[in-house]
Parts: sequence; structure tokens; C-alpha cells
Amino acid sequence: MNHRIEGVGTNRQSLIARKMLTYNKRQFTENMTGRTIAMVCAALLVIVVLSITYFIASKGLSTFFVDGVSISEFLTQVKWDPEGEPALYGVFPFILGSFLVTALAALIAAPLGIGAAIFMTEIFPGFGKKVLKPVIELLVGIPSVVYGYVGLTLLVPFIREQFDVLGFSLLAGGLVLALMILPTITSVATDAIEAVPQDLRNASLALGATRWQTIWNVVLHSSLPGCLTAVVLGMARAFGEALAVQMVIGNTTKLPGSLLDPISTLTSGITLNMGNTIQGTPYNNALWSMALLLLLMSFVFIMILRFLGRKRLVK
Amino acid sequence: MKKLSKMLMALTFVGALLAGCGSNNAAPAPQQPAQQPAQQPATPAPEQNNSGSTTTTSGEPITAVGSTALQPLVEQTAKDFMAKNQGVQIQVQGGGSGTGLSQVASGAATIGNSDIFAEEKKGIPANELVDHRVAVVGMAAAVSPKVKVDNLTKQQLIDIFTGKITNWKDVGGDDMKITLVNRPKSSGTRATFSKFALDGKEEAEGITEDSSGTVRKIIAETPGAIGYLALSYFNDSVKALKLDDVEANAENIASNKYPVWAYEHMYTKGEPTGNAKAFLEFILSEEVQKKTITELGFLPITDMKVERDAEGKVTQK
Repeated sequence: MNHRIEGVGTNRQSLIARKMLTYNKRQFTENMTGRTIAMVCAALLVIVVLSITYFIASKGLSTFFVDGVSISEFLTQVKWDPEGEPALYGVFPFILGSFLVTALAALIAAPLGIGAAIFMTEIFPGFGKKVLKPVIELLVGIPSVVYGYVGLTLLVPFIREQFDVLGFSLLAGGLVLALMILPTITSVATDAIEAVPQDLRNASLALGATRWQTIWNVVLHSSLPGCLTAVVLGMARAFGEALAVQMVIGNTTKLPGSLLDPISTLTSGITLNMGNTIQGTPYNNALWSMALLLLLMSFVFIMILRFLGRKRLVK
Repeated sequence: MKKLSKMLMALTFVGALLAGCGSNNAAPAPQQPAQQPAQQPATPAPEQNNSGSTTTTSGEPITAVGSTALQPLVEQTAKDFMAKNQGVQIQVQGGGSGTGLSQVASGAATIGNSDIFAEEKKGIPANELVDHRVAVVGMAAAVSPKVKVDNLTKQQLIDIFTGKITNWKDVGGDDMKITLVNRPKSSGTRATFSKFALDGKEEAEGITEDSSGTVRKIIAETPGAIGYLALSYFNDSVKALKLDDVEANAENIASNKYPVWAYEHMYTKGEPTGNAKAFLEFILSEEVQKKTITELGFLPITDMKVERDAEGKVTQK
């Protein structure tokens, strides 16, 4: 009898063992497939990013190492004439234009965006969350060419008539970009302000601070890294924007004397010339060098963002 | 059930990945056939010796890439050609003259459309390319109708575009500031205008726009603006200026009395074969030259009484 029971026992055990073994095997293969697929996706992403960087760098650097243009000359000279004799590759007007137009856009859009974010979270949350937020998120999706076209049709003639100038100007570019990055800044800043713990507000109010003092000293200050992230994100978008800007800035390769002068940006310089230049010529390579500059700038923006993100974690 | 759904998910993932790879692999495929005729131009395939006027020719699809100025013409004629010849595929793309020339030189496109001679672009092996001039395009200085000047001498035009003259009153117009509207430095239109209207003098910096439509819009809306446009782009909103009292019209261009014009080129790598050859012959046929080309604002190449080479030397035909 004992023997029988034992026999059944071992039988059952081995059955369970076998079942577990087979189950594990299946689980193992499943895990492996999942892991492989995820790894392939990640690897593809890394390869794409690395190869794009390599490609742009190799093209962009050949201006300096193959065509013999000096880097300092490239970055600081103001004369851009790649077809001339001798060819001149001063991209400083483009660089300055890109920075000016981005700074102007951030200067206009940051107070407006953060102000709107405060309104949506602190002052009128119900209406803000139900109506304003979806509307602003909708604005993010409008293609840049539409902004540019609106700017070309409304803004440029308006500036021309108001100030008796050309209309195509740094100001027009800054305004169009400000409008474009406003939704980005607003929605990221809203998230940052919403993340401020309610306790902080209650404590501030309990101390006798007014609503405005609470918003200014407590809410805004504790969400500052988040708000800065919003502004930097907006600036990164503004810096890389090509089409909308190109339509309203006039693309004059000259240093601007005022807000109302036409300018060029790195992006508009590339888009205007890329179709007409031949691969491998110094002119084409110079455009790649400008692309490399843009890429490096976007790395800088991302580094600033990461820095700000870490700062927020410490708080 | 759970396992089944997991498996399904995994399968979809793999499927999506494979599809991704598949499309990656497929992308360069259409270029392959286009390369073939270009790579072996010296040995014409035996089939087209007896072609003549066959209506059902099949074969590799033709890709015509390049100049945006020439694009509408090539698109229209390609449509007509495909309607007449069942089974022939012609793809027309823009991208600019530079793109067209480099694509045809590298063999990625069958035909490279260009506003300028291949010799004028640095970095193009012009001796490997065969030039097919299909049309002529005239260009003229364009101003807003509000500018009360109808004619400029060449010297006046040069002075305006080099920034010496900055007010319309200096050339007989109203007291109005002159605003220059330029093309990018690499543009074929700019090269042509600068070469034949400005004697190669370097233009002063001005507003720079790539597309003819935008240039026309700016000139029409900005008081005192001057730019240059292909004749096909003129309408009521802008006015073409006479140059040295010569009007920019078909007759004056054909005799080179009005010198600011350019050929529209369609380049092939080596002599064209098969469908590409038939297509180019179709564009040069009287039917297309007399009708489509004139309708689209170009001038028939067949009407030209003079010939001009890449250096700009003009000879009577």
C-alpha cells in the first residue's frame, strides 16, 4: 500500500515537475521573444540616431577638413558668398538671426504662456481644464506652414503699414514663432504648476499670505524648474523651425540694425539653398555645416533640459 | 487565452518590424530600374531600333527630377505621353536644378531637369551628360504696377540691383524707396538674370525668396519692390519692365534682341534609350512645342533664331 501511494506520489511529483518544466520553457521562450523584440527596437533607434549624427558630422566637418575653410572664419565672418570668387563662408548672420529670433519669441511667449498656465491652474481651474487646455493642445497640432502663411498674409502687411518699413523682419519672425511655441510653453508649465503640492499653498495661505503672494512666492517659485523646462522646450522648437520663419523674415544675409530689419536664420539658409546646390561641392558642405550647428544647438537644449529636470528632482 | 493574446501581440510586433524592414528594402527598389538605362548608354538595346511609333511600349519607369520652373511643363507632357503610350510610367519630381543635375549624374534619375547648363554648376561631370534643350524661358525685371517706370536701361538696372540707386525718383519715377527681392545665391533664375541682365555684377543684399509665387506676391504687395520673374509668372499684379526699350516677348527673345532668357534643359546620362528617348522626342515634337509649351508660358525651342552655348556666346542659327 505504501508502495502504491509512493508510486502515485512520485508520479504526481514528476508530472508537476514536468509540467513546470514545460511551462518554464514556454515562459522562457516568450520572455526571450519579448526581450529580443524590445532590444531590436532599442538597437534600431540607437543605430538611427548614431548614423544620422555621424552622417551630418561627416558632411558638415568636410567644409573645414576637405574644403579648407577655417572654423573661426566660418563662425564669425559676416560675408556669405559661396558662389563668389573667392568663395566666402561667413555664417555669422545666420547664427545671429537664429538666436535673435528664438530669444525674441521666448521673450514674448514665456510670460504669456506661464501667465496662461497660472490662470488655468490657480485662478480659474474649472474653465481652464475643461475648455482652455484642450484648445491649447489643439494649437500644438497646427502645422508650422499655416503659422507662416498667416504671418505672411496678416502680420507682414500689418508691420509694413504700422512702421512704414518692409514688413519682413526679425519682429515678424519673433511674433510668428512666439505664437507657435506658446501652446508648448503653456501646456508644459501647466503640468509643472499642477504638480506643486496643495499643502504648500495651504501652508502659505495659513500664514496669512494673500492669494497673489501665494502664487508668486510659493507656487511659481517651487515650479520654477518646470516652467524653465517649458521655456527651453519652446526655444528648442523655435530654434529648429524653418518654414514658418522663412516665410516672414525676408532672408537677407546681413546683420540686422533693428527689430524691423529682415534677417536670415540657419534653417532658412539651408532650405533656400539645398535644392540648388550639388552634393559634394563646398557650397553644399557649408549647408551641412550649418545643419551640424543646428544639431549641436539641439544637443545643448537637451542638456539644459536634463539639467533642469535633475534640479527638480532634488527639490 | 492570455498566452494566446500575448502570442498575438508578439506576432503583431514582429509583423510591424518586418513591415518596417520591408518598406526600407523596397524604398530604393524603384531607383534600380532607373539606373539601368543610365549605366549602359553606349549599348542601345536592340528593341528600340525597330520602335518608330509603337503605342504599347513597356519597360523601366522614367524618373524626371529637378527644376521647379520646368516641372509643370514636364508634368503636363508626361501626362499626355502616358495617355498615348499605354504602360509607360513617368514620374516627375521637383527639388531644384542642382538636385536634378546631381541625381542624373549619379544615375538615380533618368532625366535631370535644369534651368542652367550643367557646365555652370561646379561638381557636375558635364561631359557625361547629354543636353536636351526643350524650351526657352524669358525673364524680366518685375515691379508693382504702382511704380510709374516702364523702362530701364541696362545701366540703371545694374545700379538698382547693386544698390547704387535706392530711390525710384532717380530713374524717373515717384519718390519711393526701392526694395530688392532676390533669389538664393544658388538659384538658376538668379544666375541667368545676373548673367544677362546685370552683366554678372554682384547683387546687393535684399529680401530672398525661393519660389516664384512668393516673389510675385511680395513684389505685388510691397510698394517700390523690384525683383525678377520668368515670363510665365507675370499676371495683373506685377508689371514687366522693358530693358533698353525692348519688351520681353517671344519675338524679341527668339531673335535675342531681348537677351535675358535661358534654355530649359533635360539632361540624360549618356544618350537616352527606350522610353526616355521617345519621351524627349515627344517633347520636341511640333505638337508639344506649338501647344503645351506656349500655353504654359514657355517659348518653343524650335522658334529660336539664335543659339547660345554654356559660355553665353550667341550664334545665328
